[in-house]
Amino acid sequence: MPRIAFTPHLQRFLDVPPVTVTGATVREALDDVFAANPRLRGYVLDDHGRVRQHVTVYVGDAPLADRVTLADAVAPDTEIFVLQALSGGAGPSRQGEDR
Amino acid sequence: MTQPLWVATRKGLFRLDAGDHWRPAAPAFLGDPVSMVLDDARDGAVYAALNLGHFGSKLHRSDDRGATWTEVGVPSYAGLPATTRPPSPDGAPAAAEPPTLKMIWALEAGGTDQPGRLWAGTLPGGLFRSDDRGATWSIAQTLWDQPARAKWFGGGYDWPGIHSVVVDPRDSRRVLAGVSCGGAWASDDDGATWTCRATGMRADYLPPELALDPEIQDPHRIVACGADPDALWTQHHCGIFRTRDGGRQWEPVPAARPSGFGFAVAVHPRDPDTAWFAPAVKDEKRVPVDARLVVSRTRDGGQTFDVLDRGLPAPAWDLVYRHALDVDASGDVLALGTTSGGLWISQDGGDSWSTVSTHLPPIYAVRFGRQD
Repeated sequence: MPRIAFTPHLQRFLDVPPVTVTGATVREALDDVFAANPRLRGYVLDDHGRVRQHVTVYVGDAPLADRVTLADAVAPDTEIFVLQALSGGAGPSRQGEDR
Repeated sequence: MTQPLWVATRKGLFRLDAGDHWRPAAPAFLGDPVSMVLDDARDGAVYAALNLGHFGSKLHRSDDRGATWTEVGVPSYAGLPATTRPPSPDGAPAAAEPPTLKMIWALEAGGTDQPGRLWAGTLPGGLFRSDDRGATWSIAQTLWDQPARAKWFGGGYDWPGIHSVVVDPRDSRRVLAGVSCGGAWASDDDGATWTCRATGMRADYLPPELALDPEIQDPHRIVACGADPDALWTQHHCGIFRTRDGGRQWEPVPAARPSGFGFAVAVHPRDPDTAWFAPAVKDEKRVPVDARLVVSRTRDGGQTFDVLDRGLPAPAWDLVYRHALDVDASGDVLALGTTSGGLWISQDGGDSWSTVSTHLPPIYAVRFGRQD
């Protein structure tokens, strides 16, 4: 069965140990995790179910190709990694006031 | 009795208490940007909006005055299509993407007759309400659907944002939202219908024929006098304005000194003619005038201003964000927080200030809370 591992950075906010999942696509695999951990969805995906701008997903050693519908295929021995992007780490700019 | 002061910063949420000489305790959410805090006087719940760099906006609630926190829901733009907004004057491209929550910029409690009701103002411009203490949220659809919203544009940010929500204590169905840059919008029917109420504001960043268009004004912050809710003040991008009729007509306040530019405003809870501001050099510099951090105060409705600097530093290049100046329920105690991590308290209506810290993280918001 496919396996998903999450960045330790997420452990600050949620309990997200590596898990084995069912599913033929990344979307199905993640939905399997979200069913058990509903809060996790909003940390990984945006309002419209797309991968957040500053979250990176690898399917094996390839970056996720479809960040909108997450239709990348997953084989039974695939490992999926959900990581934080190196962008975005500085947090939000307050340029609205301080430019 | 002790009155907390909540200080939302780039690196967490601090609670300070008068009875503890305003000494900052270790923050909640250490390391995380806290974009807004609300201490709900109705039930004592405290809400903290986080803006995580990688993982988006989150909202936490404490039911024990900040000792422990539980994550609740956040406003969502799910299901809302991309809007066909034209390119903004500041060069932001036409909106082709569906909207997503960028930041919770305002959090306010509903009326005492609306237990559980919260309002949230957000970037990119949606106003949301919750009727279950933040568990679930719904957008104020009729405000989002205003044709005039196509004219809104970001005030520095790439998206418009709602930073001020004023609920009328006499009638909680009356709500006013301040938008940068989209004027002020009021509802008298609990959000069913909305009217722009920014007539009289003037924008000198627009072509002359558009300068008075109420729907594209940039009020940086709007506050109302608790005892006289039709008396509101705004620190606008182009000066200070006030209204005595709930926003139907705004009047310029040209006497402001040392400058009319700034972000923050606080109004006395009982005297609608007394208000405080944190003036700065407009517009690109955004530093204190003559490198002296001051608070300005009017006690006569804007006819004259006192420039208050006793206890405040010079030279200094601190900037005060729009939510980083607050006055407590007595009208005597004020808090002032800056981007340089400075925090000052005044116990005498601003006449003098004492330093709490000059080493906090950059301060986004200061808010006095309910007395424990």
